[in-house]
Amino acid sequence: MQQVVQEIKNLSIGFTSKKGEQISILKNISTTINKGETVGIVGESGSGKSTLALAMMGYVKHGLFTISGECIYQSNDILKMKNRELENIRGRKIAMIPQNAGQSLTPNLKIGYQIDEALRLHTNFQKEDRDVKISELLNKVRLPSPETIAKRYPHELSGGQQQRVAVAMALAGSPDLLLLDEPTTGLDVTTQAHVLELLNFIAKDTGTSMVYVSHDLGAIAQVSDRVIVMYSGEIVLDGPVRTILKNPIHPYTYGLLKSIPKLTLSGLPNSMSGSQPQPGTIKEGCSFYDRCEFAEDKCKINSPELEFVSDLNTSVRCFNHKKLHKKKDEDTKSSKKVLRKLTKNEILDISSVSISYAKQKFIEQLLNKIDDTNPTVKDINIKIDKGETLALVGESGSGKSTILKSIAGLIKAKDGIIKFDKNKILSNDLKKRDANYLRAIQLIFQNPDESLNPNHTVEEIVSQPLKLYFGLSGNELKQKIIEVLKKVRLGEFYLTRYPRQLSGGEKQRVAVARAFAAKPDIILCDEVTSALDVSVQAAVLNLLQELKVDFGTTYIFVSHDLAVVKAISDRVAVLYQGRLCEIGPSESVYKFPSHPYTEVLLGAVLEPDPDIKPKLVAEDIVEEKPPEKGCSFQGRCPRLLGQICKTDVPPWQIDENGNAIRCHIKINDLKNQQISN
Amino acid sequence: MLILVLKRILLGLITLFIVSLITFVGVEVLPGDACTTYLEREAYGAALEACYKRLGLDIPAYERYVSWAIGVIQGDFGYSLSGEMKINDVLGPRVKNSLVLASASILIGIPIALLLGIITALWRDKMPDIIISTFTIFSMTIPEFISATLLILIVAIWLEWLPGIVIVPTGVSVSELLPNIILPVIAISMIMTAHMARMVRSSVIQVMASDYVQMAILKGVPYWKMVFKHVLPNALLPAINVVALTIAWLLGGVVVTEVVFNYPGLGRLVIESISNRDLPVVQALAIILASIYVIINLIADLLTLMLNPRLKSLQIKK
Ligand SMILES: Nc1ncnc2c1ncn2[C@@H]1O[C@H](COP(=O)(O)OP(=O)(O)OP(=O)(O)O)[C@@H](O)[C@H]1O
Ligand code: SF4
Ligand code: SF4
Ligand SMILES: [Mg+2]
Repeated sequence: MQQVVQEIKNLSIGFTSKKGEQISILKNISTTINKGETVGIVGESGSGKSTLALAMMGYVKHGLFTISGECIYQSNDILKMKNRELENIRGRKIAMIPQNAGQSLTPNLKIGYQIDEALRLHTNFQKEDRDVKISELLNKVRLPSPETIAKRYPHELSGGQQQRVAVAMALAGSPDLLLLDEPTTGLDVTTQAHVLELLNFIAKDTGTSMVYVSHDLGAIAQVSDRVIVMYSGEIVLDGPVRTILKNPIHPYTYGLLKSIPKLTLSGLPNSMSGSQPQPGTIKEGCSFYDRCEFAEDKCKINSPELEFVSDLNTSVRCFNHKKLHKKKDEDTKSSKKVLRKLTKNEILDISSVSISYAKQKFIEQLLNKIDDTNPTVKDINIKIDKGETLALVGESGSGKSTILKSIAGLIKAKDGIIKFDKNKILSNDLKKRDANYLRAIQLIFQNPDESLNPNHTVEEIVSQPLKLYFGLSGNELKQKIIEVLKKVRLGEFYLTRYPRQLSGGEKQRVAVARAFAAKPDIILCDEVTSALDVSVQAAVLNLLQELKVDFGTTYIFVSHDLAVVKAISDRVAVLYQGRLCEIGPSESVYKFPSHPYTEVLLGAVLEPDPDIKPKLVAEDIVEEKPPEKGCSFQGRCPRLLGQICKTDVPPWQIDENGNAIRCHIKINDLKNQQISN
Repeated sequence: MLILVLKRILLGLITLFIVSLITFVGVEVLPGDACTTYLEREAYGAALEACYKRLGLDIPAYERYVSWAIGVIQGDFGYSLSGEMKINDVLGPRVKNSLVLASASILIGIPIALLLGIITALWRDKMPDIIISTFTIFSMTIPEFISATLLILIVAIWLEWLPGIVIVPTGVSVSELLPNIILPVIAISMIMTAHMARMVRSSVIQVMASDYVQMAILKGVPYWKMVFKHVLPNALLPAINVVALTIAWLLGGVVVTEVVFNYPGLGRLVIESISNRDLPVVQALAIILASIYVIINLIADLLTLMLNPRLKSLQIKK
């Protein structure tokens, strides 16, 4: 018999709505966490994952309350404990690693103090021993020079470092159970892979049980032994990680897995229609009913119970799960990616563009030039054909958004020329740009909450470009707005809605509609899906694809998610510290990531499959500034050739597939080295 | 850091310069001038000439501005009209009296406001919060002249505990002044305290809802320790500026209250000199009030800079 660390029995948590109704956001949750086990809790935003994890520590957010049920820790209900008892458990027996470490470290206290605080509370060490222990902990989470880190304030660390500090703090009391709420969301791919690897190591090393909450099945696959899938406040599936990810017998999980872009898949993933119901809106029947492709009439009225399927060792909440037992990935037919026709019809030519954020000195302002020998973005040369989708990838700070902004005219380039439609030079000053060029290039942002004016209705938002560029008005305008909205699959009744009345996916559709209303030639997409849940992300990607087929639009698509990029792009450009490393057709870049940096990036991608492990080939150091001379990647390159990398900018080399890389090592040698590894 | 401080000081000086210009120009463009207003019907011939000469109104405006400004910088505001007194002599005791009143209000008001704000935030939606919040919102809505009058009515007239209005000569010593200021201080600090308490409350509540406080709780930090180490330093930082604004705003409250209580401070002088059309005094008062405003805000900015590790290290790095 396995030792149980925590048992959750029939837990329901809810709030009282303005109308006085009691609304549950967790419904009848029962599960157990065993000793030494890592349990992944996955579900889309708002499914109640965080609420559940916090309840395991006896913490219920202000405004919420426990309706029924208990969380048993060492034969006591943690939800009924007094503060004094909780203080002895929290941090000592059960510790939390928060979603956003940056915001979870107290800004006015030094890192060392915050770790010391945990030690003082949960151990009997004297001051000197604690100091030693702080260094040990920081070392354990692989932070360089612990002494200096301890003296810093939280804002003086990078995101990955803050996350590590949070891990160190949680380990201070040597807890039995670690709760992790999206610990890697918001980190770069490489950093994310490193933090996960660290967590796996700690789980093995200390034997701590972990509960890992995430919306990212890729991360869940890497760390969990068991997975719990939540939907709308209920557990819909609970079983061993391989069963859940390879033979998902609940329709929601099945659909979710199909909507994730994967490196092993070509083309776009299937999207799932609809979105998760708001808490309190489902009164009867299965909460997944209106999105389920296996739904039957009985699902509408009866709510399925959690049922244990013994041959799979899995609990499932669905009447029809048997239909999915034998269903394997074979029938995952992804919609084919439409490849560009090689027209050789150049629409944008970016040549030798450099962009600097350095503050202009007074004299320079007068002379209207910038004197920065080491600009943020340097020497970018890219030609883009009509109807092509070019993706820009790279870690945060690699200058992806900066390049988009300078194409859109929002940032002035320091040097270089951007030509539109073969020979028309785009002024780098927005005010001097021809209105027609402004129309031709549209931008869609990462966060629709910030880019849509909250005080405008959908109608007003979409009408702006139509009025501005085409001078439409009255009935004609209205018809056009409806037509554009239809293109992004939003019905007429959305016209009078405000952004706050839309879901994340719907908001992003409105943003897409606004961009398309201008009949642009080029659309710049800046991380347009990264704020969305996977099921919604697939829908937005498919939408962009269809619009491309209909209008022949050219996209420049920025994303840090390499699987998404693979799904949508014709060509990929890899950036490191604002310098191009590799550019080529996506098929061949993904097959032979020749440049050492591309190799590092692709190696760190997390697949939603526990049997595919990321390859960590380089340290995830954060570099503040690009190096003054030599190759931009010299600081982290696992294949560093020698002195030449530090002194000379590497030359461009092209292989037979049209992959161009910038490295001192011969492109064929790089490929051979990768194969021999 | 130093550069930033110097910049702020420079900005303050520019503000003062502009205020001085505006008051000066304002006085210039008003129909009539100091002498005609003062002499009224006798404003002709030799008397007018003499007056002009005495006040230096016979020289061009810009020259007058320059010499006046130089005087002000040296701490000399020239002569008042009515009493033919040096303005400095008029102002001196008044400034002292008002300072006594204002600082007593601040010294009592700020600690009470902090305490109430913190209590209401920590016991949010519970009895202490409901009671105190009702009270603070109530006192925020009554203007000073009403609360002051009510105070006089209740405490001085019905209960006869304290004198209702202040009947001491302008130049009395602080110790003689003290019993007289109790009621005015209460009247002034009521609104100010209520305002600040609300601000502190919302600031503390915001910090209490932050991820790092949640984290501290989950780390097992005992409640009061969490409040003092993790919450208050972060919550009170933004409150510094609010306090500064409230103090500056208190200047207005002082004017009203002083008039109601007949208190011999700057506020009453403002009203008196405006009704007497004693323009040189009005000018002097405008400059003094503006300087207080600027100085208080400067102090608040510097305090924030010093206490916020984020800003501090940013500045040092540069
Ligand atoms: N204080 C509150 N009052 C009312 N409703 C709340 C409150 N906090 C959370 N909710 C609701 O409870 C539901 C579950 O929230 P929870 O934070 O647990 O979701 P989650 O699965 O962690 O989502 P995410 O992936 O976005 O972190 C959501 O619908 C949310 O809107
Ligand atoms: S119970 Fe019915 S609606 Fe619910 S998931 Fe199963 S098949 Fe779909
Ligand atoms: S040039 Fe040198 S440092 Fe740069 S990628 Fe190639 S081997 Fe690495
Ligand atoms: Mg969450």
